[in-house]
Amino acid sequence: MSEAIVSIRNVTKAFPGGVTAVDNVSLDIAQNEFFALLGPSGCGKTTLLRMISGLETPTAGGILIGGEDMAYTPPNKRPTNMVFQSYAVFPHMTVEQNVGYGLKVTGVASDEIKRRVGEALEMVKLTALATRKPDQMSGGQRQRVALARALVKRPKVLLLDEPLSALDAKLRDDMRMELTRLQETVGITFIIVTHDQDEALSMASRIAVMDKGAVQQVATPAELYEQPKNRFVADFIGKVNLIEARVHRQIGRKIDCELKGVGRMELNSDNLVGAQVSVAVRPEKLKIATSEPTSAVRVQGKVRDVAYYGDTSHVVIEAGDGLDLSVNVQNDTRLGGAGVERGQQVWVYWAPEDSIVLTE
Amino acid sequence: MAAQLKPGQGPLDYGSRTWLKVLFAVIFFVLYAPIITLVAFSFNTDKRGVVWRGFTLDNYTKAWNNASLIEALTNSLVIAVIATVIATVLGALTALLMWRFRFPFKGAYEGFMALPIVIPEICMGVALLLFFVNSGMMELFVHLPWPLNLGNIIFAHVTFCFPFVAVVVRSRLVGFNRQLEEASKDLGASEWQTFWSIIVPFMKPGLIAGALLAFTLSLDDFVITFFTSGPETVTFPVKVYSLVRRGVSPEINAASTVLIVITVVATVLAMKLQAPPKADKG
Repeated sequence: MSEAIVSIRNVTKAFPGGVTAVDNVSLDIAQNEFFALLGPSGCGKTTLLRMISGLETPTAGGILIGGEDMAYTPPNKRPTNMVFQSYAVFPHMTVEQNVGYGLKVTGVASDEIKRRVGEALEMVKLTALATRKPDQMSGGQRQRVALARALVKRPKVLLLDEPLSALDAKLRDDMRMELTRLQETVGITFIIVTHDQDEALSMASRIAVMDKGAVQQVATPAELYEQPKNRFVADFIGKVNLIEARVHRQIGRKIDCELKGVGRMELNSDNLVGAQVSVAVRPEKLKIATSEPTSAVRVQGKVRDVAYYGDTSHVVIEAGDGLDLSVNVQNDTRLGGAGVERGQQVWVYWAPEDSIVLTE
Repeated sequence: MAAQLKPGQGPLDYGSRTWLKVLFAVIFFVLYAPIITLVAFSFNTDKRGVVWRGFTLDNYTKAWNNASLIEALTNSLVIAVIATVIATVLGALTALLMWRFRFPFKGAYEGFMALPIVIPEICMGVALLLFFVNSGMMELFVHLPWPLNLGNIIFAHVTFCFPFVAVVVRSRLVGFNRQLEEASKDLGASEWQTFWSIIVPFMKPGLIAGALLAFTLSLDDFVITFFTSGPETVTFPVKVYSLVRRGVSPEINAASTVLIVITVVATVLAMKLQAPPKADKG
């Protein structure tokens, strides 16, 4: 792994009035990473991003960019550029003037401005609209202006604050791919703030999940999904069945436990467990059978609800002891559908290794 | 099938109702008839200017050749221009202060700042007169050569004009997206560069509207000017007042028409400047 381009060290931000937006966060973001700060609204992710850009100052702790302490560097002197949530495209300037603004104010020669603005516009495919004013453009186009305006400065780190939230679904998918492509082409570090897990999972190489001002877990998308560290992460990333369990004893690297509503079983666990744990299973890892399966983990229940989503159907099954299990069924034949009906008695089973034992 | 609505029957179709049309006509008549009469009678041949006798441009020539009337008009324009420039700068700075900073007694200051707008003009006039006399400014200014002898009037006009500018610019600034300012700084601009290339262009419509307001207020102010002008300095409204006391002459109509034209032209120009640029072709 290459050295950290952004190093956040024990950063805390407390706003007057007693709100601690960011609470003792430490993170290292490597060169060329596509890093995502993911969390529900109010978790402090945007505040953290603004502290990297210099628009907010940390109450405690330090931020290093490219190995240099940024404590006394104002935003206009930092090697970072930001794409704002509202895009913040200057309304009184044309696209060209917007993109060239950052170069003009720092005294770049006008012929070089022209050349670099041309390149940047080409990169975001806006060459044809160079002389337009922002009020004659769509949201997606304005966002490209904001992107070009930041990239033309050749920052070490590009900061993106909820860049896709204001776009409609179709455009969002296009832009997501576009951003990934851009990041690969320009080869600079992207840090993106988002509350949308799909966005983070599909674009980022690494994700920090934040809640209540603190980082809950930093991992690759697959790790976050398959090995969440705690209940919050398991619940926030994707859908999950959280089943309460009582641990009876530990046998080597396994635990012998009683799952509420399911029964007694042995599960792999590296965690040094307490008496009470949660077992998390993703809905797509669960299978439905109409006759009793041979799997070691199985439970009988009644189908309470079937929701049809085209490619998948989401089935909710009422097991005993107040336990509801969500199962995602792939609709892989045209006429089969989910294969179950409301009220039907079925078996749910899964491979024991698909269970995640959570202690926090 | 829904019945076809006749014009004027739609819930928002007020414009085609007869009683509203009549009301419109009455309002417009009351508003503009006096002005139209004034303009029309500036072309009248009758000396008294009460009965229409025939068309002439003599009144304009006479007004033009009336040195004291022209002097008063020049004074008024000079005062209005200088007072507008100072009031606009001062008002814009006040608005920025109110918008940007938090300081003790801000609410109180904001209220006090708007006082010149609500205080009766007569009180402002007396207050300013007392101030000028007691501070010695009256003495100081009246003996200075033109246009410095207008100093006290300009001072007074700035005093009552700048709050109007401040209020207009302040309300414009409320709609400013602070992220624009942050984006500018993030892109490498200093505070000063951000101010001139982002904030000032945003304030521009407010500045123009405020300046226009200040200009027209200053141009036609009578009460405060009457109190604060020295014996040698006469502005147009004061001059017109003194002439009217000796009977209405068509000359005054002519000069007033010129003043109206100046104001209208200034308004049209300001609106042109404020209008968004037309979309580029292609």
